[in-house]
Amino acid sequence: MGRKKIKSVSYAKYGYIFVIPFVLAFLTFTAYPIFFTAIIGFTDLKGLGKTDFKFLPNIFQNFEQIIKTPSFQKSLVNTVIIWTINFIPQILLALLLTAWFTNQRQKIKGQGAFKVLFYMPNIITAATVAILFNVLFGYPMGPINDLFKLLGLSTEPINFLLDKWTARGVISFIQFWMWYGQTMIVLIAGVLGINPSLFEAAEIDGATSRQVFFYITLPSLRTIMLFTLVTSLIGGMQMFDIPRLFLNGGPDNSTLTVSLFIYNQAFSGSYLYNRAAAASMILFIIIAVLSGILFYILRDKDAAKMKKEMRKLRKAQKAAAREVAA
Amino acid sequence: MSQAKALKYEPIAGRTITLVIKYTVCIILAILSIMPFWIMIMNATRNTYEIQQNSIALLPSKYLMYNFKVFEGKSFNPLVGFKNSLIIAALTTIVNIYFNSLTAYALVVYTWRLRQAFFTFIMAILMLPAQVSSIGFYQFMYRIGWTNSFLPLILPAIAGPGVVFFMRQYLLGALSIDIVNSARIDGAGEFYTFNRIVLPIMKPAMATQAIFTFVGSWNNLFMPLILLTDKTKYTMPIMVSLLRGDIYRTEFGAVYLGLTLTVLPLFIVYFTLSKYIIAGVALGSMKE
Repeated sequence: MGRKKIKSVSYAKYGYIFVIPFVLAFLTFTAYPIFFTAIIGFTDLKGLGKTDFKFLPNIFQNFEQIIKTPSFQKSLVNTVIIWTINFIPQILLALLLTAWFTNQRQKIKGQGAFKVLFYMPNIITAATVAILFNVLFGYPMGPINDLFKLLGLSTEPINFLLDKWTARGVISFIQFWMWYGQTMIVLIAGVLGINPSLFEAAEIDGATSRQVFFYITLPSLRTIMLFTLVTSLIGGMQMFDIPRLFLNGGPDNSTLTVSLFIYNQAFSGSYLYNRAAAASMILFIIIAVLSGILFYILRDKDAAKMKKEMRKLRKAQKAAAREVAA
Repeated sequence: MSQAKALKYEPIAGRTITLVIKYTVCIILAILSIMPFWIMIMNATRNTYEIQQNSIALLPSKYLMYNFKVFEGKSFNPLVGFKNSLIIAALTTIVNIYFNSLTAYALVVYTWRLRQAFFTFIMAILMLPAQVSSIGFYQFMYRIGWTNSFLPLILPAIAGPGVVFFMRQYLLGALSIDIVNSARIDGAGEFYTFNRIVLPIMKPAMATQAIFTFVGSWNNLFMPLILLTDKTKYTMPIMVSLLRGDIYRTEFGAVYLGLTLTVLPLFIVYFTLSKYIIAGVALGSMKE
């Protein structure tokens, strides 16, 4: 880095000054609330409008109770199920479209328009999408029922959303539908970032499109796919808008997610802020572990490698010095 | 097997069939993106009777004004929601882009002792979700009397690690330290240099991030739902959630119209800026 040579001594203080707003906002609106949430998790704070609290005699009581609550366990399982059913087809379709859109031998026309349309559901308010799908699956009259009749799939109207797996399936579908376009664009960008000489070499060697995809494109996309996986998982753990407005967790808690569980604990019924805080902390730990994985993926690999090399070099030097001494 | 041979022996019919399959799948997916919204917009112009007869219509009817009247005197007020969401999203975007660009600038241009540590810290909090701190955040805001205020929805955006990360990557590529140095020689203050010389250079990156921040803030449901209880403060997504209420059970057309009104501004923004948005999504993935 040549920058270090510039006489920066007198300017260093601006580095600190310019990050002050960021640090203050972070401390006030993120760090302190997290700390406060953790504290509330150990107290008896509940009831609308209450602010005073004292610590519980058994400090982990809320945590123990939350973990034992069947609907919390169910919400964890639901979240994982809904996320999985959405993610597997999402990444597969995104990969397929990426392969098609980056195939140099058989170009697809109108790619720009397709990308715009595939990505579109992603920017639409999730709250609106949830209610729209609720209305589309309406019973006894609704567009999906009409479509089923039109296609001869059913004669009687079906009350789709009474079935647990259909309800979960529709939420997974909405997530899939909102996100596959984004995943595809990210993957295409990844392919465009691959060194073109790799593809040229494959071309010269006479590789088929399929071989190029499986032996060059796919291995090169590993990091990006891992990144997509972890960010999607972290986002999926916080799923709230769609389950809340689609069926509000029903039927029979089959679409209750962790975030929705936390919201319901804290802001409805008996306003159990303490339980909700304990559940938040459990969610926080899960997300922190996932973020740790992401952090590891995104770490500066060159810098890490260089550090390792330097250490090796120093060790070798020391060893050499010792040998000389001996 | 050389490439020429491979192409020669690949039957033409087979290649046509794969091409037909590819286009068919793409067109089906495109229809899948459009159809729900199309049905929604068309039904917004139809009355309950028409919708009950057949809820899928490809052409509009003439009950748009009638459906509008249904909202009169009801809790769903699209104009109020629109105004509130616009204020919050616009201010969020401004503070978010400005202060995080400033933070990124500090990381790129100045050499300070904690610089590397600070960058590591930014990376560590990159994925920190607002939801996990919501209980403490709510209690904190309640104590200082900031519920039913827009401030707790706007000010947290000053610390946006994702934007700092993006802006830093952009500045590393686009900003030459010579520009800053020559400004210094001309006697410009550090703050002036950032505002007048560096910010204009960052315009393309700022525009990309501004779109995503704006849309993200506009679509946010969780925080406003917790903090805003006063009906005159409701944002668009909260207004939408009111459409699930029983008073609209029999007015199908009005429900569709309400949904349409909430997404109309997004459609306009999206289709005018789609080129930049798609490019922005692709760029955002290049976190190498």
